Amino acid sequence: MSWPYRVLLRLYPASFHREFGRELEAMFALRQRQTSGAAAAVALWIGAIWDTASSALAAHLDLLRQDLSYTWRTLTRSPGFALTAILVTALGVGATTAAFSVADFVMLRPLPFKDPGSLVRVWGAKPQYSQYELSPPNYRDLKAASHSFAAMGAFHPLDANMLGEGPPRRLTGAAVTTDLLPIFGVVPEIGRLPSDQDGINAVVLSYALWKDVFAGRTEAVGQSIVLDGAPRVVVGVMPARFHFPSRQMQFWLPMPADELSDADRTNFWFQAVARLRPGVTLEQARAELSLIAGRLEQQYPKEDSKLGATVYRMQDGFSDQSRLLLLGLCGASLCVLLIACVNLGNLLLARAMIRHRELVVRTALGAGRERLIRQLVTESLVLSLAGGGLGIVIASMSVPLLSRLVPTALPIAGTPEVDLRVLLFAGVLTGLTGLAFGVLPALRASRSVGFEALREGARAGGGQRARLRAALVIAEVMASVVLLVGAGLLTRALWRIQATDPGFKTEQVLTLTTTLPLTRYQVVAVRQQYYDRVLGAVRGMPGVSSAAYITWLPMVMGGGIWPVLIPSQAAAPGEDRPASLRFTTPGYFQSLEIPLLRGRDVAETDRGDQPYVAVVSASFAKQFWPGQDPIGRRFSLALSERTVVGVVGDVMVRGLERTSEPQVYVPYGQAPDSSLIGYIPKSLVVRSSVPTDRLLPQIRAAVNAADPEQPISDVRTLTEIVESVTASRSVQAVVLAGFALIAFLLAGIGIHGLLACAVASRRHEFAVRSALGARAGAIVGMVMRQSALLALGGIIPGIVLAWAAGRALQSLLAGIEPGDPLTFGSAIALCAVMTLAGSLVPVLRAIRIAPASALRGE
Amino acid sequence: MAYSPDEVTALLPLPPATFHILLAVAHDDRHGYAIIQDIEQRTGGELRLSAGTLYRSIQRMLEQGLLNETTERPAPELDDERRRYYRITPFGAAVARAEARRMAGLVDMARAQGLAGRRA
Repeated sequence: MSWPYRVLLRLYPASFHREFGRELEAMFALRQRQTSGAAAAVALWIGAIWDTASSALAAHLDLLRQDLSYTWRTLTRSPGFALTAILVTALGVGATTAAFSVADFVMLRPLPFKDPGSLVRVWGAKPQYSQYELSPPNYRDLKAASHSFAAMGAFHPLDANMLGEGPPRRLTGAAVTTDLLPIFGVVPEIGRLPSDQDGINAVVLSYALWKDVFAGRTEAVGQSIVLDGAPRVVVGVMPARFHFPSRQMQFWLPMPADELSDADRTNFWFQAVARLRPGVTLEQARAELSLIAGRLEQQYPKEDSKLGATVYRMQDGFSDQSRLLLLGLCGASLCVLLIACVNLGNLLLARAMIRHRELVVRTALGAGRERLIRQLVTESLVLSLAGGGLGIVIASMSVPLLSRLVPTALPIAGTPEVDLRVLLFAGVLTGLTGLAFGVLPALRASRSVGFEALREGARAGGGQRARLRAALVIAEVMASVVLLVGAGLLTRALWRIQATDPGFKTEQVLTLTTTLPLTRYQVVAVRQQYYDRVLGAVRGMPGVSSAAYITWLPMVMGGGIWPVLIPSQAAAPGEDRPASLRFTTPGYFQSLEIPLLRGRDVAETDRGDQPYVAVVSASFAKQFWPGQDPIGRRFSLALSERTVVGVVGDVMVRGLERTSEPQVYVPYGQAPDSSLIGYIPKSLVVRSSVPTDRLLPQIRAAVNAADPEQPISDVRTLTEIVESVTASRSVQAVVLAGFALIAFLLAGIGIHGLLACAVASRRHEFAVRSALGARAGAIVGMVMRQSALLALGGIIPGIVLAWAAGRALQSLLAGIEPGDPLTFGSAIALCAVMTLAGSLVPVLRAIRIAPASALRGE
Repeated sequence: MAYSPDEVTALLPLPPATFHILLAVAHDDRHGYAIIQDIEQRTGGELRLSAGTLYRSIQRMLEQGLLNETTERPAPELDDERRRYYRITPFGAAVARAEARRMAGLVDMARAQGLAGRRA
């Protein structure tokens, strides 16, 4: 019975097997005959298996060593080819891996919670707002009446000042109902989650804060930290991967009972999380919530007018724009990978043309086909591995750059890592390309052994391969048109958005936050003292032209929306007329250079005991008193009635791409103590000609003098704030432009390579033609015709694809048409220039062919 | 075929298996199994080459020109047509001699230091 041994022998390299297989078989058969007894037979088999496996491995390694040293010699002989191939592969692998790693991190990877698919966010819904916060009674009603959820909890964001060693610090956290954190099914790193018995004095720390404050000591549980002047006992620490509601969270406090039982139906400040009951779909939960919201609207027609309720999967908690930005990036990176593969294929084919003779000769000299293929495989794999390795470096360098594309609204860490699966995919794809285009020539060469092939000479390769190369170049041109147009459209959109007037001047404005703790600043008069001291000091600093405090800065916070009631105008039923509310000190409009159109700014004299006044934006005046003088008119908003004393220009509160509600500014002192506490001014804006690094220490000193326990946070210039609004777009546009540039260069190289080859192989023909009197112009025309055909062949389908891609990205284009003629025209012109540049050298070479020498060369 | 002393010394020191194979075919053409048996006999069972080791060595020795495959075959009744017979080349013989000299030199040095027995 020798067939199992024959199978075993297949482990050897084919060349070895061919040479010694039969002999080994004969020897084994002889030994079998000499063996008697079952035990000896078993021993013989075990020995044979061990010997074959280890010797075969060694034989393979021998061959690999030979092939590697041969590869090293051939590649170092043509370093230009080797470097280009490696770079092309690296770019393809790197770009794809980076783009897909970020996309996977944001869109595909499950959130780091238990059964994340059934976690949802519960939101209110109004005609213009798909995600509206809930009022506390709203939340309680939804929770009590719904059956779709296994659990529901609420929270609201809450910042706090922490005193300790060093300067006071501003911490970001949330007040949570005790049933909120258990919904995530995440076990605390140490300690436990807060329970109803803890009262309001407990706190759960984030992993980062625990490491920071307690240096990661487990004794932290049971110790106290002071938040906003009140001691809080640490009951637990969440694990490092827990980020909710966003990655900035540092602590979670139990929500006080009076907040949860708040009866005001018009104050929307709760957010809710729920877990779907098993078997309940998102649609069923939505339907149920709509039904309940409808009942509530009937029950409270005034407060709950037009107020719906809905749920979203927590995994989908980022905007369509983020999704589209990432998808666009992935599409572009696939284009780059495609171009990289095409280019690699093209390079290898061109090389095969040059090496055709060598391969034919070696085959003729008896190099086995298997050895030849094995060797080319080794060469291709070496190139792919080197390219892939460099690709990893490129990917790991670019993933952090792309992290600005990770939406901040997701409960995940901010920096994605290079994804190994994607890396593997891209590596395997380029590896396969390398293999396919590296080995095919060897197969062809080993088939075409013979006299004919050897005689083929300079015209080796033949038309079929030239056609394949032409097709590859056309594909490259096509992909680069798509990338050029895509990058062009998105860049134009970015420019258009960045050119949008935000309604204020961003230059030379420094902003920072000092959130006054309610424990000490509940009384308006006390806050007033603080503002007076800080602003008084800051306004007196050299170079400072104005300074003010306001509730929130535009673009940092878009909310704070209230319905407007005009005493003389009855709102149509169901009509919602919202405006955004800000409390401010005098000097805000001057600091941001928001034009004062009529009347006056709020004044120091607009105190709580004076008549309540307001400054409104132009769109507010136009909406409620069209064609009339708004000064002196009265309206109700946020629990009080006010008189308009001034009109200012509109600002883009909600960023550069969204329309904003009309704005209302009211004096910081005109609110009862402990009322509208969320609106207490905390953002300081300073217009100054002095650089930030000189100004900031002085401001710190001023704040410290006014209140030594007051931390400063969020120090940014207004320019930075406005730029951050378009940051993810900028990153995407830059990356796409980079991709397009790479594609463009590669396509140019491809055209050049193909034409150079074509000219070289038509040397003879050109020589004959020019010997027969053909003018240089005619030869130029022949080469240029070929290059124009390549360009057109790529540009035409490229335009169609680019238009389709533009349509898919339309919502990102900020009004730029997907068929924008300027962008398309530029892309086509660029491709024409590239074609010309790529054909220049081959054309020159073609007309310089001296007939005599070319013909002699044959 | 002519060869230079450099080509000989470039192969030294020889792997033990290679040296033993050269000894086994020094006077007689042998097939693979016969080589294994010869070595085993000569070393008193101390060195028993496995088939894999043997043929990997033979492959390399063929490439290096130490061995030849011979077309002369024994009488058909003693032969197995799957076998191949190997013969030492003049270059192989020169390499074997050089290796023997190298080892003898080593032994002499050891003896001078009292680390090896007297010559028999």
